This record gives sequence, C-alpha cells and structure tokens, in this order.
Amino acid sequence: MDSRRLPRAVIDPKVRQVGFFTSCDPPPARSLSVPADTGASAIVPTDMSSSPPLTDIYITNNSFSSVRIPPPRQVSAEGLHSLGRAAGSTTSVFAHDVLSPHCWEGIQMPIGSYNSSEFMQGKSSMLSPSSSRFDDIDFSEEEATSACLIRTGSGKEAAAFPRSSGEVMMAIKSGANAPAKSALKTASVVKALPEVTEKDGGTSIEKQNEGIGAARSKQKTTKAERRAIQEVQRAAKAAAKDAGKGAKSTFASSGGALAVAKQAKSAILPSQTKYGSSVASERRVDRNPDKDGKKDVSQSSMQFDDKSRVEKAKRRAAVGHFEARNSVELFRHLPQYEHGPQLQYLESKFFHLDHIHPSVYKVGLQYLTGSTSGGNARCKEMLLAFQEAVMDYSTPPEKTPARDLTSKISSYVSFLIACRPLSISMGNAIRFLKNRIAKLDHNISESEAKSNLLSDIDRFINEKIIVADKVIVHHAVTKIRDGDVLLIYGHSTVVEMILLQAHELGKQFRIVVVDSRPKLEGKALLRKLVMKGLSCTYTHLNAISYIMHEVTRVFLGASSILSNGTIYSRVGTACVAMVSHTFRVPVLICCEAYKFNERVLLDSICSNELGDPDVISKVHGRDGLNDLENWSDHENLQLLNLFYDATPSDYVSMIVTEHGMIPPTSVPVIFREYGRDQLFF
Amino acid sequence: MDFQVVVMAGGYSKNLVPLVSQEMPKPLLPVANRPVLSYVLELLEASNLKDLIVVVEGEDVALRVGGWISGAYVDRLHVEVAAVPEEVGTAGALRAVAHHLTAKDILVVSGDLVSDVPPGAVAATHRRLDAAVTALLCITPVSGPSESVSSVGKDKGRKLPRANIVGLDHTRQYLLHVAAGAEVGKDIKIQKSILRANDQMEIRADLMDAHMYAFQRTILQEVLDQKEMFHSIKHDVFPYLVRTQLRSEISDKGAPKNGLNGVDYTLNGSEPASEILTNRTHKCCAYIANKSKYCSRLNSVQAFCDINRDVVGEAGHLSGYSFSAQNNIVHPSAELGSKTTVGPQCMLDEGSKLGDKCSVKRSVIGRHCRIGSNVKIFNSVVMNHVTIEDGCFIQGSVICNNAQLQERVVLKDCQVGAGYVLTVGSEYKSEPLSKK
Repeated sequence: MDSRRLPRAVIDPKVRQVGFFTSCDPPPARSLSVPADTGASAIVPTDMSSSPPLTDIYITNNSFSSVRIPPPRQVSAEGLHSLGRAAGSTTSVFAHDVLSPHCWEGIQMPIGSYNSSEFMQGKSSMLSPSSSRFDDIDFSEEEATSACLIRTGSGKEAAAFPRSSGEVMMAIKSGANAPAKSALKTASVVKALPEVTEKDGGTSIEKQNEGIGAARSKQKTTKAERRAIQEVQRAAKAAAKDAGKGAKSTFASSGGALAVAKQAKSAILPSQTKYGSSVASERRVDRNPDKDGKKDVSQSSMQFDDKSRVEKAKRRAAVGHFEARNSVELFRHLPQYEHGPQLQYLESKFFHLDHIHPSVYKVGLQYLTGSTSGGNARCKEMLLAFQEAVMDYSTPPEKTPARDLTSKISSYVSFLIACRPLSISMGNAIRFLKNRIAKLDHNISESEAKSNLLSDIDRFINEKIIVADKVIVHHAVTKIRDGDVLLIYGHSTVVEMILLQAHELGKQFRIVVVDSRPKLEGKALLRKLVMKGLSCTYTHLNAISYIMHEVTRVFLGASSILSNGTIYSRVGTACVAMVSHTFRVPVLICCEAYKFNERVLLDSICSNELGDPDVISKVHGRDGLNDLENWSDHENLQLLNLFYDATPSDYVSMIVTEHGMIPPTSVPVIFREYGRDQLFF
Repeated sequence: MDFQVVVMAGGYSKNLVPLVSQEMPKPLLPVANRPVLSYVLELLEASNLKDLIVVVEGEDVALRVGGWISGAYVDRLHVEVAAVPEEVGTAGALRAVAHHLTAKDILVVSGDLVSDVPPGAVAATHRRLDAAVTALLCITPVSGPSESVSSVGKDKGRKLPRANIVGLDHTRQYLLHVAAGAEVGKDIKIQKSILRANDQMEIRADLMDAHMYAFQRTILQEVLDQKEMFHSIKHDVFPYLVRTQLRSEISDKGAPKNGLNGVDYTLNGSEPASEILTNRTHKCCAYIANKSKYCSRLNSVQAFCDINRDVVGEAGHLSGYSFSAQNNIVHPSAELGSKTTVGPQCMLDEGSKLGDKCSVKRSVIGRHCRIGSNVKIFNSVVMNHVTIEDGCFIQGSVICNNAQLQERVVLKDCQVGAGYVLTVGSEYKSEPLSKK
C-alpha cells in the first residue's frame, strides 16, 4: 500500500464523484468532534502526514458505501512506518502524557459509564484471536467494575464469561409446583453477575457468589495506584514495541508501527478530554463497543486483489471469508463468490453471532442462498428486518440511541455484505435509515423515537417502492399501443406489472421474452404472463438479432441508474439495448428513483458482482455435457459468472421513473430536483 | 438468537437392559468413558448454547443426572434439570416444561445423540426457511443401528426402525412425507394433495431421523395443547405437522405474520417457479447432514457398541482425547504387563491393570479394572471396576460396572449387568446376563 493510494481508498475507488454532487454535510452532532480531531492530529504530526482529516472520512461514511470506513489508524500506521523510530519515541512521550493526573480525571468519567453488555458483545463477537483489543485492556477492567455496579446481569453476559472465576452454588428450589408441571432445578450455573431469577415455585434469589464483580471490586485500588500500574504497563509496552521495531524486517515493523500507532491513538483520545469530556465520551462510545462494525471495510470500496488489505479485513471481519479458486484476472478486485463454505460457516456459527438480530440473520441467509433476489425484494426484506431489529432495540443506559443504533445497523449491514454484496438500491436505503437515526431528536423518548423510525421505514417502503412502481406503471402503460411487439429481458417486477396492467386495459400486444443462462429468470416471468393470458414468444439471448426485426419496443428493468445515464442492470441488458439501438427500436428503462445513484460508471468491470462459476459449467438437463467437470483443477482455466453489466446511455431512449419519463441525459436533473430532500432523506 | 434448548435425556431405557441399572441410567452410560449425555452437552456448548433445560424421566434419575451435571459443568453451562414421570413420552415431557419455554423457537435434542453436526445448521435452516419444524436427518449408518425386535411406543430409547421413509421435495429442503419404519407396511400411502402441490417427491429410505428438531414455539405448544393424546414427538407430533402442512388446523393464529405494517408481499415475484407452494400453511423442513459428519443415536445395545467403537475409532475427534502414535488412548496410570498388546482404536482408562500376555483390540476399558494374564478382549466395552481373571476370552460384549469374570470365562456378544459374577469356565453366547 503506497501512500498514493490512500485518498482513493478513502473515497470510494470505483466512484468518481461529480463535483457539485457531494454528499450531505456532516450533521451538527458530529461537527463538534471535528475541531477536536484536527487538534489531535496536530499534536501528532505523523498522523497528519498521511491521514486525511476526519471530515473526509465522515463524508464517505455517509456516501453510497454506507459501511463504516475504518478509523484512520491504519493510515497513520503507514505514516509511522515511514518515519521509523522517531514515531515510536513520540508516542511513548504521549503515553506518559496520558497518565498525568488531570488527564486521568478526564478519562475516567466516560469509561465508567460504559455498559458492559455492549462491551461483552463486542468482545465475544470477535472470533479472530489476533484481535487488537489488548491495547484497551486497562479500559476493559474498568468496565467490568462498572458493570457490576449497575447490575446488568443477563444470560448473555454470563455466557461471555465462560470460565469465570467464582464458585457455583446450586440453587435448590422449593418444589412447590403443581404436579403436572415439572420443577426445574438448576444443576449448574455459569457464574457471573448477580441476577434475580424468577420461577414458578416462588421467587428465589439464587445465592450467587459475587464472581468477577466481587473480585474486581476487592482489587479496587486507589486512583494513584492504578495510575502507577498503568504507567508501568504502558511504558513497558512502548519500549517493547520500540525495540521490536528496530529488529524486525520491514513488514514486521509496519505491524509494530501499527500497534504503536494504535497506542498513540489511544493516547490522543484522553488528551482530547481536555477540550471537552462530552466530545471524548461520544468518540469513545463510537469507537469501542463494536469493533466489527467499525472495522469492516466496505466491500464496495475494497479492492480484493490488494492482498494486505484483504488480509487485514479478513482478520477483522465478524464472519470469515474463504479463498476462491481460479479467479479471473480482470475481476480479482471484486469479492469472489464463496457460497458453499460461507453458508456452512454461517450455519455452524449460528449461535455465536448473537449480536446479529435474528431477523437480519434470516434475511442474510436468504440472500446467500438466493431465495430472496431482485433489487426491490432484497431491499424490502432488508428494511423489514431492520424494522424488527429497531422494534426489539432498547438503548443501553448512558448511551444515545442515535449513536448506538447507528453502530448496530452498521454491524448488521456488514453481516449482510458478508452474505452477499449490497445492491446500490440497498445502499441508498441504508443511507436513508442512518440519516433518519442521526436526525432523531435527543429530547424525545425512546419509544417515540422507535415508532418514528418504524414509520419512516414504512414510509420508505411504501413511497419509494410500492407507490413508485404504481406511478411507473401508470406512465409506461401509455407507451404501449395496440399491435405492439414488446421485448423484455430478465425478470423485472415493474416491467411485469406494466405488462399485466396493459393487458388489463385491453391493449392488444405481443411479448417476446428473452432469457439467458444460467439463471433463466425469464421462465418464471413467462409462466406468470402466459397464465394471465398474454401471448408470448420465448427465446434466448443468442437469437436476439433475429427476433429484433419484429419488435417495436423494448422494456427493461434496472438495478441502478447512475448520474451519467449509465444503466447498471442484469448482465445481458447492454447487449439487448445495443441490438435494439442498431435496429432503431426504442429502449425504455423502468426504474424507481430510489435506485438512482450519483456515481458515474463507465464500464462494468470496476463495479460488479460475481456469481457461482459452477452454474455456468453445468447445463440443466444435459448431464452428458460434462466437459467442464473439475474445471478448477486446470490452472489455466477460469470461469466468469458476472451478475451485472453497464449499458451506456447512448443506447437508451427513455428512462421511466415515478418522477416522469426522462431521457438518460437528464438523470442529473432528478438529483438536482429530487435529490437530497425528497429522493433519499 | 431467540432459541431455547430442551435436551430429552430419558431415564431407564427398556431397550438397553441390562446395561442400564439404578446407578447407571441411560444418560450416564459411558461412551469412551464419558456419559453419553456429555456429548450432547458439549456439542451444544461448542455452539455457544449455554442455557439448557434437561428433561429426565424419574425423580431419582434426575437427582443423579443433576448431580453429575453440576459437578462436570460448573462454570460452563447453565443447566436446569426437570424431572418428569416415566412413560409420559417425549411429547408429555415437553408439555411438562412448556411453561418454561418463552423463546421464539425451541430446539429439542435427544440426550442420546452422539454427533458433530452443528445444531446451528439446523437452527439456521429453520430460520432461513421460516419453518414450523425442522428436523435433522442424517445418512443411516451402514452397520444398521438395531435389530428390528423393536417395541415401539416405549418412548425414550425406542428402537430406530430399519427403514425410515422420508419424502423430500426436489430442493431437498422441504419434508413432504415421513413414516417411521415400524408403521410402513408393504405399501406407502402418500397424500395426493401434497404430491400435487409439489409436482415431484423424492422418496428416500437411507435417512435417519437424528432427533434434533427445531420447532416454532407457538405451533408446538398449540399442537401439544390440542392433541392430548400425543405421546411422542417423533411418532405423533412431527408426522402430524408434516401431514397437515397444507391444511393446518393450527393455522395462522399460531404463526404471527409480519403484522408490523400494511405492506403486502406480492412484490416478491422473483421466486423460482417451482417454489410457488401457495397454500402451504406451515413449512416442514429438513436439514440433511453432510456425509462426512458423524451422527448416531444410542438407543440399543448394538448402537452402544457401535458408538463406543466409532468414538475411539473413526470419529475420534468426538471423544475429546488425543490419540497416541498407535492410534489408541492409554491413560498414563494404566499398567500393562509384559507382552501385553493394546491395539489401535482402543482406550484404557485411569488405574486399570492388565496382566501379562493380554491382547486388547478395538475395545474400551474403563477405570480401575483389574485384568489378569492371557486375557483377550476384542470389540468390547468394559466399564469401571471390573475384575477379569486369567484366561478369559471376550468378544463383542459389554461388561458393566463391578462385574466379575472368574477364570477362563468365554463371552461372545453378551451383555453382563452391573455387579454380576460369572463363575469359572462358563461360556455364553449372545445372552444378556444380569442379576434378577
């Protein structure tokens, strides 16, 4: 990773942002932290040298990718690496600085107010042993203490202390149960925090040892003592890093520098508390509790052929990734298809992924197995799952729902990405949701905030998908005349609705359904159309130039429409559009406005999705056609199964959206007129 | 993940006489010198399921099992033991603990399962397909788990019938038909309506029901409440749910639909054509375990021997022990006489003593056994504190705790009950031997 690459990595690499369409401004809550951050980076010059200011990061955070960009630690690691030992010495100075008394006073407040359940979840969710948590170990102790003070004893937390020290008492119950009912007797208890269990036979408070809580509180020492201990630990750590760095080779030393940088970062944080503890506490809340949400690099912004980056992401990811075989050179930067092992992995880890809401988990698995597909369906299922998650959400004490819920949603999103890369429309929907959460009024009660969010999601589904489809149908039906021959490709729900509506209106027309392997989605559509009594012709994409002679209109759906008018849609769409352009047949693209994106895409290489290569090697119903069996054994053979392609705007006659029918060159108008306020937020 | 786990541990199983006794109920029968229940508990623990309800038949068994669990799983699991009267059946046992069940879905696991199939896979399939019930099916072991002298209706540890008939749809996800082997006569009757709704059905006889079910709680409780007669999960509840999947009486009130908004679902038009199973009221699904996974149930004497052999042999990773270079497990405190050989796939536990010129092959020997000289033990299980005197020959047998074999006893395919004494020179073949 050279420094030249950095700004591209932070801004989405596949996106060229058009100048005047920048993302939204940082909301006021966040803007507070900006001066503090710049101040911090001014303190450590190495940080400044390579890391962009945090405001940049915030913007990308809010842009299409919608998944959190990692904190600039890695970035600063590079800087440190280049500066070598000097950086190490600076940080050690800071380590001392942190521990000076007045700083300690500052830092203690936000730490003590942590909710431990959040913390424990984060911790248990980190499946990779090579976690970087140990830098924060001194904080975690504090949290355990505070947890036992606020008594948030729940089963989950108990599970998070699998081998806690503390003896187990058998809670023998008074067997005053009705004879038909059986008495439950606690045979063994995982000991953690004191909790009151209520049972049938009467409320019995299980006698419990204080467990960790007691052990910790007994250890509770005076502030001065703790400070001294920490100081020693930090100094030792810094020294070790420093020494190790000198000895190791370049790669290893960059690892060391990373750790030092992390330390420097954590050193900076307390120093910020001088400026205002509220800022610091917010930042800490953001940073600590769910690492996995924060650290997952957005897949859309990640180059999967960049080995070191993939390695890093893999180490951090909440759910693992698997190596793909024989990937195609040109498409190595995309997330490789890995359905089989990924599904097995997720299934076996079902009960480990406790921090993922069950409904989100379900939707994720449905994406993975392909039982939910299609832009609208996927987006809607995701929103409904989020709705359920919001419904079950309760803000942990001492946290603002806006912050905590956003990080929760982010971790859900990173889970969904692990199942299948997000579509652009889903990115927009997530952006919408996060924006609504960020704009929640701090003064309203939690239940009110939740109901607001729920109705917001409902509204989004209703307005942007359902009503939008109806309006599009209304517009597009006017373009169908008696005697038309319409060509359709793929399986777009909105196109299907248009055809059915036109048929209901009594228009006389014929349909040519063009299909392609391996998905053969046209078959399902064909079946529905024929059942409704429409007259259809079914053919494959190979015959398109033959059939195009008789066609008078082409109706296509789209996965996304980009601001230069490029249509991002099911692979094969570009081919259909080009042939019909050659034959001078008008091409109408039907797409809801929430699928529009401000990016500019010139080809289908830099942004795409890879499917299972095996499905193109097998032909259904023709078992004799097995020439490609064991294809992965051949080193010089690669199979490519692309999901999407990009149709240049030249081949498109008209785009039908709920805002009206527009030529593809007018897509930016939609952004200008309906963007920002109405389209997404 | 909103799952609750109920482990059906059972009690004294009639099928396992004479192995089970007052001191040794079925959940505590040793498999590679660990109680069989521990395999399930550890499987669940590995899946991060730490809140368990263990249902045991009989008060005194419950005391024993509870005592063992609290000793062995201190700090590791949160286990609650419920005692139910004997002969209430698995369905009755579930009814008895029903008031403790609150989660959205319930995972019911048989306590005699020895397997490495992750329960999460079953649960994930259940969730993904939004099923009413999901069953774990696995390939029936080749050796055939039991002789079909079954006594169906003895609910715990009933014999697994020889051929289970399972009907699956073409995606092998939905269960369309189940019939336990004992109920299958010459003909299989299949509901026309189900067949019609699915176009095609795949009938398989090589799948075994592993007794791990994920139920939707509301549906399960409704069935248990409505059908007072239902005795066992496998024979009554589960087939009932599969049978009624198209016309369920428990219907929608059991399964709360997504009532949170007025958005209709008709937009989701992109389902594969074959999956338009329109009028299905609840889905019955199956998770078919991979062939490479081990899965077996200890529900007969034969299965007990098989599992013991497998766990120290081919499925060694289940036992939790590390094998030596000779592919066997010999505790350091075990003493071997001169010219004594312990073959591969054997286990010799703490404090056992073998005399000279013994030969042990594919067998499990428990703690503190005293074995004389010139003893041959093949394919057998010897539990704890057994005394075997010189010149005995033991093949394919199970010898329970504290039994005593005097000199030159020859046993073939026998089961010796706890504390039984075999006199000098006696020979037995294929007999259960125990104190009356």
